[in-house]
Amino acid sequence: MITTNSSPHQKKQSRNDFYEILQEIFALTWRLFIQLIRRPSTLFAGILQPLIWLLLFAALFSKAPINFLPGGSSYGEFLGAGLIVFTAFSGALNAGLPLMFDREFGFLNRLLVAPLRSRSSIVISSVIYITTISLLQSFAIMATSAFLGYGWPSLGGLFLISITLLLLVFAITGLSLGLAFVLPGHIELIAIIFIANLPVLFASTALAPISFMPEWLGWIASINPLTFAIEPIRMAYHNSVDLGLVLIEAPYGQVNGYSCLAILFILTIGLFFLIRPLLNRKLA
Amino acid sequence: MFFIQLKDLFKSYGTVRALNGLNLKVPKGSLYGLLGPNGAGKSTALRIICTLLDPDSGDVEVAGNNALLEEKETRRRLGYVAQEVALDKILTGRELLELQGDLYHLSKNYKKKRIEELIQRLEMHEWIDRRCGSFSGGMKRRLDLASGLLHEPELLILDEPTVGLDIESRSVIWGLLKELRSNETTILLSSHYLEEVDELADEMAIIDKGKVIASGKPDDLKKELGGDRVTLRVREFSDELEAESVRKLIKDINGVSNVVVNKKQGYSLNFLVRDNNVIPSLPDYLSKEKFEVFALSHSRPSLDDVYLQATGKTLMDAELELAGKRDFKLENKKSMR
Repeated sequence: MITTNSSPHQKKQSRNDFYEILQEIFALTWRLFIQLIRRPSTLFAGILQPLIWLLLFAALFSKAPINFLPGGSSYGEFLGAGLIVFTAFSGALNAGLPLMFDREFGFLNRLLVAPLRSRSSIVISSVIYITTISLLQSFAIMATSAFLGYGWPSLGGLFLISITLLLLVFAITGLSLGLAFVLPGHIELIAIIFIANLPVLFASTALAPISFMPEWLGWIASINPLTFAIEPIRMAYHNSVDLGLVLIEAPYGQVNGYSCLAILFILTIGLFFLIRPLLNRKLA
Repeated sequence: MFFIQLKDLFKSYGTVRALNGLNLKVPKGSLYGLLGPNGAGKSTALRIICTLLDPDSGDVEVAGNNALLEEKETRRRLGYVAQEVALDKILTGRELLELQGDLYHLSKNYKKKRIEELIQRLEMHEWIDRRCGSFSGGMKRRLDLASGLLHEPELLILDEPTVGLDIESRSVIWGLLKELRSNETTILLSSHYLEEVDELADEMAIIDKGKVIASGKPDDLKKELGGDRVTLRVREFSDELEAESVRKLIKDINGVSNVVVNKKQGYSLNFLVRDNNVIPSLPDYLSKEKFEVFALSHSRPSLDDVYLQATGKTLMDAELELAGKRDFKLENKKSMR
């Protein structure tokens, strides 16, 4: 027998807003993880691609002259930091896709018609999910890199790597979620992801130091957010963690570790402020 | 007391006007049917009540609250079953209901108990733990209805709930709706199935081109027409001139009223007859005026006759007419959040 007109809100225990926000965020995040568990191909593809790069690029330059790179490291060691960041960047760039599919297939309406305590829960659950996945993928690259003999950072280094990746992932996830609300469909979002992904990688210090680049590319690389994430991670691998060290010899001047993290922090905050009115409008 | 009141609602998608001054009053505890062809504005009206869309202008009141200002309170009171069933095909049916329960902040025990109740009532136990991607249309619709009812809403809004469903699923859904109605839940249901509205609705409104053109109890609307509905054709393929001539002749007969020419059905004539002697004498009457009777049928008035009387076309003809005019791409884009 279906019972009606006895509001469940009278039946359930009195609970505060915070608990209800947690309940909806957990439910939405868990849904994304169920999708991942049952369709793990994207997770593995996200790990496999940078791994292939790591193996192939490291092999490509394996006979390069000693001291070919600044600091005298091997190319595999040099490349590791770039690919860790690239993995996190690619994962975060894809953050908007599940949301875009929810928009297109009408599932978002199911969420929007529910009396959510805060519709930010929809965005927050995506951020939690993508951050977890991106970090998992990045740590898989780190583990493989260590297995190949390219080293493992100290505890302080690991902390620095985590902070750096978190800042980058938050910023790019915010951007991707913003795009998912602005663009008309997933085709357009995938097109932007395709266009952005590799050029942003090549125009950073992931594959080569700035000193190897022509001046115009050096300029681009030295303002590329990926560079500000790559260099602190590279330092975490090769030196003791000292954020006061100059990490980037940019055409406009020297940039130390503190500045790298500050720039990433400002970028993250700036992007969230930029997309906030959009999210407010779309989720109003 | 009215549970829903819509006042002068206007809504356009680009140059297409979906709602054109819609007014509607839905009594509390009733099952109210919105009848109209696809494209009449039914879904737009329902989406506005559900707070998924904002009208260009007009007022929306749900349970005495301004639904446009008190959106969260409105959402809490209603369950919505959309026309397009949007399920996450990776989740199982049960997982989807659990997600829904969490979005409505149901407690763990209550959620579990309620899910089991609905699984039994909607006969979903055999397949509820399968992934939604493997469900048939009927299974999806039942699951969607269960998710709309999970939090025991005071108001249930259903947009074309039985479109394309098998007889078993339709029967289960109709049974549940009748049960809910007897439990005083207010139900607003849109449909372009005449028999569905006729069977289920306590009251109804016919919507055409974004506004209500007739409203009331289905039986009253049919009674208002009075007498038998007659369809007459004087030739297999008549023309407008001929049909008009016959119309002028027929409208002067005592006991005949509401004569309309149905262009879409070969310029046939539809009219109401209150005098039982009219139909047997009709062939002679027309032959004196040099017209023959090619086909003549009569029946008790149906809701389609109510629609025909109000608009001059049948519901099916109206659908065919609107089908070519709608820009679904633009409508989807405009309604996508």
